[in-house]
Amino acid sequence: MKINDVILRTVVKGVVFIILTLGVYLFFSGHNAPGGGFIGGLVLGSGIVLLYITYDLETVHKKMPFDFKKVAAFGVLLATGSAIGSLYFDAPFLSQTDAYFNIPILGEKHLTTVTIFEAGVALTVIGTLVTIILSISEDE
Amino acid sequence: MTLDFAIIILPFFMAALMLIFYRRLKKKYIGWIVLTIPISLFILLTTYIPRIVNGETITHTYEWIPSFDLNFTTYIDGLSLIFGLLITGVGSLVILYSNFYLSMKESLHHFYLYLLLFMGAMLGLVFSDHLMVLYAFWELTSVSSFLLIAFWHHRKASRAGARKSMTITVSGGIAMLIGFLMLYQISGTFSIREIIANINVISEQSLFVPALILVLFGAFTKSAQFPFHIWLPDAMEAPTPVSAYLHSATMVKAGIYLVARFTPIFGGELVWFWAVTGVGLITLFWGSFNAVRQVDLKAILAFSTVSQLGLIMSLLGLGSIAIYLGSTKESIIYTQASFAALFHLINHSTFKGALFMMVGIVDHEIGTRDIRRLGGLMSFLPFTFTIALIGCFSMAGLPPFNGFLSKEMFFTAVLTITELNISSIQSIAWFIPIIAWIASVFTFVYCLIIVSKTFFGKIKPDILEKNPHEPPFGMLVPPFILIGLVVVIFFFPNLLGNNILKPAMLSIFPAYSSAEEIAPHVSAWHGFNTELQLTIGVVIVGIILFITVKYWKRIYRIFPQQWTFNAIYERVITFSENTSETVTKRYMNGDLTYYFIYIYMLFIAIVAGVFLYTGAFEWDPSKDAAIESYELLLVFIMIFASVAIIFVKGRISMVLLNGVLGYSVAFLFVIFRAPDLALTQLVVESVTTALFLLCFKYLPDLTPENDSKRSIMSKGFVSILVGATVSIIGLAVINYDKFKSISTYFEDSYHLAGGKNIVNTILGDFRAFDTMLEVVVLFIAGLGVYTLIKLKAKREDADSEN
Repeated sequence: MKINDVILRTVVKGVVFIILTLGVYLFFSGHNAPGGGFIGGLVLGSGIVLLYITYDLETVHKKMPFDFKKVAAFGVLLATGSAIGSLYFDAPFLSQTDAYFNIPILGEKHLTTVTIFEAGVALTVIGTLVTIILSISEDE
Repeated sequence: MTLDFAIIILPFFMAALMLIFYRRLKKKYIGWIVLTIPISLFILLTTYIPRIVNGETITHTYEWIPSFDLNFTTYIDGLSLIFGLLITGVGSLVILYSNFYLSMKESLHHFYLYLLLFMGAMLGLVFSDHLMVLYAFWELTSVSSFLLIAFWHHRKASRAGARKSMTITVSGGIAMLIGFLMLYQISGTFSIREIIANINVISEQSLFVPALILVLFGAFTKSAQFPFHIWLPDAMEAPTPVSAYLHSATMVKAGIYLVARFTPIFGGELVWFWAVTGVGLITLFWGSFNAVRQVDLKAILAFSTVSQLGLIMSLLGLGSIAIYLGSTKESIIYTQASFAALFHLINHSTFKGALFMMVGIVDHEIGTRDIRRLGGLMSFLPFTFTIALIGCFSMAGLPPFNGFLSKEMFFTAVLTITELNISSIQSIAWFIPIIAWIASVFTFVYCLIIVSKTFFGKIKPDILEKNPHEPPFGMLVPPFILIGLVVVIFFFPNLLGNNILKPAMLSIFPAYSSAEEIAPHVSAWHGFNTELQLTIGVVIVGIILFITVKYWKRIYRIFPQQWTFNAIYERVITFSENTSETVTKRYMNGDLTYYFIYIYMLFIAIVAGVFLYTGAFEWDPSKDAAIESYELLLVFIMIFASVAIIFVKGRISMVLLNGVLGYSVAFLFVIFRAPDLALTQLVVESVTTALFLLCFKYLPDLTPENDSKRSIMSKGFVSILVGATVSIIGLAVINYDKFKSISTYFEDSYHLAGGKNIVNTILGDFRAFDTMLEVVVLFIAGLGVYTLIKLKAKREDADSEN
């Protein structure tokens, strides 16, 4: 049965961009303002789930050919890897560092290694969220 | 990284490499590539011999967790070198043999992976000075043995044998661990050498003798000593190369190694002498006595191994009396027993390894190991017959083979002990040579059985049909190298004695100044003395018993079937399985409600219990901020929603009410200015609601529960208690002053972690360990959901276990 979901599709087309942008914004703003890897990942993940609910699996998968199990695994690898990485700089496990850099065009920017860690968290959250919801909904 | 550390690591390294690359390799090359490891290690270890002979010991320490006193300390001395050479030497031959023995259809990479794991673990065991590292390697040998016994895991007997060996050796290992911890407790060090150095202080502690007994437990279970020997015959389900390697030459000798290594520590106690000698002698007798009645060639060899291990064990026990007597010049004569132990250890590995390979050949070419079906193979398998003959004669203690020398030395040792002038020993010491002699007679009998039942007599017609013939050349090479050694060692025993055994004597008896004075000269002929007369007696009585075996075999029926150690073991296992099943089924009844009740009860008991016990609850509303009316309103909405959930009928309304609850909490967070929490709560709430709606498609309609009034009341009571506990904690933490608040530390987050958002600096920096592990847990949970759903369909498949 095909339900008539023109309204949903039209709305989602616009809204998904706002949600995904919000997710990215939340991820980067986390350092000094509310946001962060977990919440950013959660918002991005729910945006992707919304896409899956609105369009069918194949359509979304064609545009976003990710295996979300691997996304989650990569996230875990990134988080733990960034933790181990500090050992190579003679710093204790999980040490984070930050510095100010002058990047052309963008101006002075605050770069931190915790961003890598948070990216790992975000990817794990996205991957796990989408994997769980997809596998439940695919279940016959 | 130095060489001796590399020796331990190399097999593990190769195992890891093989796991990655085995698919790229042709199957027939795997074994040959693996073979390079033990051969190169063996050559490497021989380069240590000159240094060890000069009395050097080589030690290196790699700090691992210094704060816990955990280090990798490699220690190479004479004793560990003997074992190192055995492990790599016999390992090379066994792998060469396996290349021909195992068919290409087997999963060879598993086999060699386990074998390499075992080899690394065993090398780690003998070269470690640190007790905890030694223990870890010790258990790793048990695990790899388990995997190898169950290599043909489609057979029920293989799995049962693997489990039995695992159960027995690991329980012994845990006893040993407790013994090690006791030693640490009384000595303050995990290093074996440091314990030996301070032995005078340590041996006076009250925990010393319990530690001794517990360590012996580990050694006895591993070395299949009576009454723990029952796992070894069942372990023969493993492929024959494994039996030759693990269950005769190396792993079962780990217990021997442990006893030898700990002789300088515990040897001063008379308990040690009695336990090691006594158990060794009983095992020696019981093993040889039971070997005679077996009909499977491998079972005969298994019991024979048990018996020979007992022999070596008892010799180590007899030798330890020299330490009890104070390591003086007069007691040197007793150290000779330990020398004989080490000597026989090597001899046993040579002839028993060859015999196992011989049985492997028979099994491989004929297809059976049952002596009732075998016979007359001498003319068909002449080379194999040579191996069997030399191996068995050496085991029986006949010249000109190495077993003769060590058996003579064994007789000397048991005769010497009767002359000992200690009253408690003297009264029963006359018993020791008698047991030793009787056991030797039985040894002689089963050696004759192996040779004659397999190779003499008439060949059975069904075997003749199979056209028995010699195995491929490569399968004959390893056993021939071993029986070559059997003969060479007989003619040049002192080459072995001076270069390999002598340095090891100083490891067992460190109190003597030099190895020269305690290492005897081995000679084949020392006159027509008591030892030789005993051997002649063994041969004569042995032949008589062999001829009349069918007349006296009925004595084996005297022992009641239900009281054999195997039956007792089975009963203990079945009993504990059944009991744990009934107990588990009582509380794991599959009803989620019950599980929630357990969790909540435990929560109340622990959390509320602690608050009551410590009297931490203190409610002082005077310090609280004023409660605003909109806050009250929000709280009433939440109360209403949560109470209403219990009474509504449909699932949708439940989810919506739950949503009301969640969003109200988020709203509360906003009011109390916690934007991070509010954001997270909002998104989580939305996603959960979506998930719930997704799942509902699959759930049946809600049916009203028909619980009795009593059960409803008790559930309600638990719920109210949980709510009360949480509320009490919430109210109490504000006034809690038992510990200093740590929140001031986080306020400096910008300087410490470079971020202005305290919540996120805590998550990503201060407490990043929590976050990292939470991420891992989340991932595992996701995988769990995925596999549960995806693999569900396969549940109807036939049960793959048989």
